[in-house]
Amino acid sequence: MSFREEHELHKRRFGRNFGLGLVLVAFVALVFGLTVVKVMNVGQVQGFDHAVRPELVPQEKVAKP
Amino acid sequence: MSDARAIGQSGEAGFGDYVALLKPRVMSLVVFTALVGVLVAPGQVHPFVAMTSILFIALGAGASGALNMWWDADIDVIMKRTANRPIPAGKVQPGEALGFGLALSGIAVVMLALATNLLAAGLLAFTIFFYAVVYSMWLKRSTPQNIVIGGAAGAFPPMIGWAAVTGDVSLESALMFMLIFMWTPPHFWALALFMNEDYSKAGVPMLTVTHGKKATRNHILVYTIALIPFAIGAGFTSIGGPVYLVVSAVLNAGFLWGAWRIWKRDEVQAEADKYAVEKQVFKFSLLYLFLHFGAFLAEAALKPYGFGGW
Repeated sequence: MSFREEHELHKRRFGRNFGLGLVLVAFVALVFGLTVVKVMNVGQVQGFDHAVRPELVPQEKVAKP
Repeated sequence: MSDARAIGQSGEAGFGDYVALLKPRVMSLVVFTALVGVLVAPGQVHPFVAMTSILFIALGAGASGALNMWWDADIDVIMKRTANRPIPAGKVQPGEALGFGLALSGIAVVMLALATNLLAAGLLAFTIFFYAVVYSMWLKRSTPQNIVIGGAAGAFPPMIGWAAVTGDVSLESALMFMLIFMWTPPHFWALALFMNEDYSKAGVPMLTVTHGKKATRNHILVYTIALIPFAIGAGFTSIGGPVYLVVSAVLNAGFLWGAWRIWKRDEVQAEADKYAVEKQVFKFSLLYLFLHFGAFLAEAALKPYGFGGW
């Protein structure tokens, strides 16, 4: 089995594909980082999860005992 | 001749050719001015968001550069300064550059909107439109005032940076815009004086081609005088301060002196010393802008220690 001789064109293609790969990985990392930062900056997030959680009820509406 | 060689000669682009489509040298100025816009703006933004904003502002500027190269490929091949760009050199096909520019424009605008706010993204979209359509397609080949109005595209980045942090446009960001906007004509006309031949050959109606070099020298002086109030005026706003004012006063005196020297010369003198003064003023104009924005940055950096600002 013989391999074709490496041409300058193949190196250029490899460089282009490698560069594009790095750019895509960097883009994914960037979106991930941005997501982390955005989620961390919204403060404490709580939602209804089928159990009564008094801290979610606005203060003025809490019935006095 | 092998098949591979035949394909190679057809000019398949390397990674660097796509980077060159983004006009990296112009991008470096955009990165710097946008960074200053972000850093001097009042308010807090997470450093990662700030970095992301600057990256996508720069990417948007680069995308508009690719669209400009797509549109101007026919004249780029004529001018010595631009003949080696990827499209005239045959490395990137015009259609590829168009697709590349459009795709990156979309990514940059959407990502800036997600990272910051709609105003910043809207301003970036308008900047890309302004540079690619208003300047490249319309003004550049139709009026000698092309540089004057087209300069707005280069003036937006600090305003976008400011909007990314504050979500607003203010007097300060408008003055940073005006500083670049008014600086662009004398900067480019100084270049056009000694690159005249290139523009003549390509048929681009630069002022030097349509109205002659004497008129261009007059324009350089008038625009430099008109620039000074904006440059000095910015020193009295919240982004200015004593350091900025001193730096700005010195730089404006230097720029005015240079414009005066250009105005006083005629073609015989200029050709005798191979446009030495024009080249000096062109280089000084780069320093002028860099140091003005550097001074804004210095004021912002000194503020926490009780020195910067008023």
